[in-house]
Amino acid sequence: MGSTPRDEWLKRFTASRLRDIPFRTMSGIPLEPVYGTEESEYPGVWPFTRGPYASMYRNKLWTMRMFAGFGTAEDTNARFRDIIKAGGDGLSTAFDMPTLLGLDSDDPMSLGEVGRCGVAIDSISDMCDLFAGIDLSSISTSMTINSPAAPILAMFIAQAEDAGVPRKVLRGTLQNDILKEYQAQKEFVFPPRQSMRLVRDVIAYTTAEMPYWHSVSISGYHIREAGSTAAEELAFTLANGFAYVELAKEAGLEVDAFAPRLSFFFNAHIDFFEEIAKYRAARRLWAQWLRDRYGSTDERSQQLRFHAQTAGVSLTAQQVEVNVVRTAIEALAATLGGAQSLHTNSMDEALALPTERAARIALRTQQVIAHETNVAHVADPLGGSWFIEELTDEMQRRAEELLDTIRDMGSGSMLDGCIGGIEDNWFQSRIADSAFELERSLNNGERIVVGVSDFLEGNDEQADDLLRITREQEDRQRARLQSVRDGRDTAQVEELRRELSEVAADPSANLMPSLIRAARSRVTLGEMMSTLGAVFGRHVETPSI
Amino acid sequence: MTLRVLVAKVGLDGHDRGIKVVARTLRDAGMEVIYTGLFQTPESVATAAIDEDVDVIGLSMLSGAHLTLAPLVVKAMRDRGCVIPVVVGGIIPDRDVDELRQAGVAAVLGPGASAEMVVSCVLAVAGAGGEGDKA
Repeated sequence: MGSTPRDEWLKRFTASRLRDIPFRTMSGIPLEPVYGTEESEYPGVWPFTRGPYASMYRNKLWTMRMFAGFGTAEDTNARFRDIIKAGGDGLSTAFDMPTLLGLDSDDPMSLGEVGRCGVAIDSISDMCDLFAGIDLSSISTSMTINSPAAPILAMFIAQAEDAGVPRKVLRGTLQNDILKEYQAQKEFVFPPRQSMRLVRDVIAYTTAEMPYWHSVSISGYHIREAGSTAAEELAFTLANGFAYVELAKEAGLEVDAFAPRLSFFFNAHIDFFEEIAKYRAARRLWAQWLRDRYGSTDERSQQLRFHAQTAGVSLTAQQVEVNVVRTAIEALAATLGGAQSLHTNSMDEALALPTERAARIALRTQQVIAHETNVAHVADPLGGSWFIEELTDEMQRRAEELLDTIRDMGSGSMLDGCIGGIEDNWFQSRIADSAFELERSLNNGERIVVGVSDFLEGNDEQADDLLRITREQEDRQRARLQSVRDGRDTAQVEELRRELSEVAADPSANLMPSLIRAARSRVTLGEMMSTLGAVFGRHVETPSI
Repeated sequence: MTLRVLVAKVGLDGHDRGIKVVARTLRDAGMEVIYTGLFQTPESVATAAIDEDVDVIGLSMLSGAHLTLAPLVVKAMRDRGCVIPVVVGGIIPDRDVDELRQAGVAAVLGPGASAEMVVSCVLAVAGAGGEGDKA
């Protein structure tokens, strides 16, 4: 008693290390680390509406984590090295469509898709080339992969350990958020419940073996890109997060053993204040649910940390340079909203994967915000604004209504509510309805998009310099895969696949150790996934518009 | 006569926002729309188009595989001795439009095509008035 939120904040702030720069305005006015009243909310103090940490960016700027991947592992390795050289401080791997669906590059369904939307990874040999010459004990690595998350993590662990970096020191994030795949991103392979078993195995394994690893990146980004509103993005993402908490608790894990390693991934869309309110409401709701409903007593479980990416869907193919402006505004919303890491899209991404130059400008956009504008000096600078506080409360109310609906669908279980809502097409229909409504508002003139609905002068200027993924790159990857197949001990591969199949058939077993053994012996991703698929079955979505 | 349109996702691309918006737009314009669902092959699209006796096929492609997969859909139709116009929409850079047209694609709708343009293009390639793509 007697200790105010401000006292709590000050105690925590005083204990944090600060960056060694002057925290003042350009004209020399000294700035407080945060502004508020004795009784207002504070960053680093429950329910963390204003930020997970007391010192926020005074301690450490957000991680500038640029998402990259194309062609073969060697092509992407070169881009990774460029990013590190340009001052990016975290890696984020984009995989191609076949890899995302657990298919090898020589699968007939992979034709035309190899290396196009990301890097092609068929086996541990590709994983080794992807990270060649990059010190994985000092840089954190994010991998955007979901259906085959467990096999890809197995390859990552095996290659790192072969390179002398033990798994217990590896830092990074596996997206591993399968629920939003059925709801929005649609890169699913196995049926929902069987997929959730793989998610559980990853959470259990990394909780025991990899203390610095984020087991799931609970992603609203794709839900929003698929067309949801901000409130739906918020609610569906949190619902999925609660479902993973229930999944891991049902598997016998203590909430505070795994929840500190759950992280989030939100969209940074073009409606500036609404996005900031969304992040603030997300932190408050997560803290409340984790403590009050899931029995967490460790604040680290209750502090929502998130990565943000600017909205790909807000970019236009017309007058592509204007996208730099959109991305800058969206990135500013993410940083004022307290993101822990950020990817900024490149201006040419409405047309193709980014060129090196476009990707560099996108990174520079973050560097301008971080180092020139001084916006990072003060935590939650918009907190206390009547408008922002009310918009935060309204986002929370709208999300709570949706969360209630989802819980009711699962008769009190968020896990069953999320899976049931997927099986009934509930999430998918809501997202499609919102997407159509947004498109309708553009077509009937309610909403303006510069260069698309209005201000069209200059639209005939073409973006000349786009990244081209060639058919030769696809052929090269297939040749690489063939040489892996030719150089293996076939009997051993068959033995490891048999083992994998047996472990998959035992729902109480954890698949990770067998997957790591298989990865090390160069069993390919497609082989691992088809072995699992023979046990788990396949998911087919009922088409609906 | 009501136009019948098959909208399809070929290959591994799961981005279905655009195709659903287009499907609803065409339906609201009075057409009958059949959606194949995800992960179709050129052969399965051709078979569905013939079985459903459609007037136009719309392919939505956002993964960069259009130069490989769209011509294969056209070929699968020709192999079945059938001429149904194929419209490709999605993330298609201008530089790829000529190659697609040469491969027999009837029209290409790039990012930013309005609802009106989509409807008009489908009507045009079906020979029912309207304008094709302006590419």
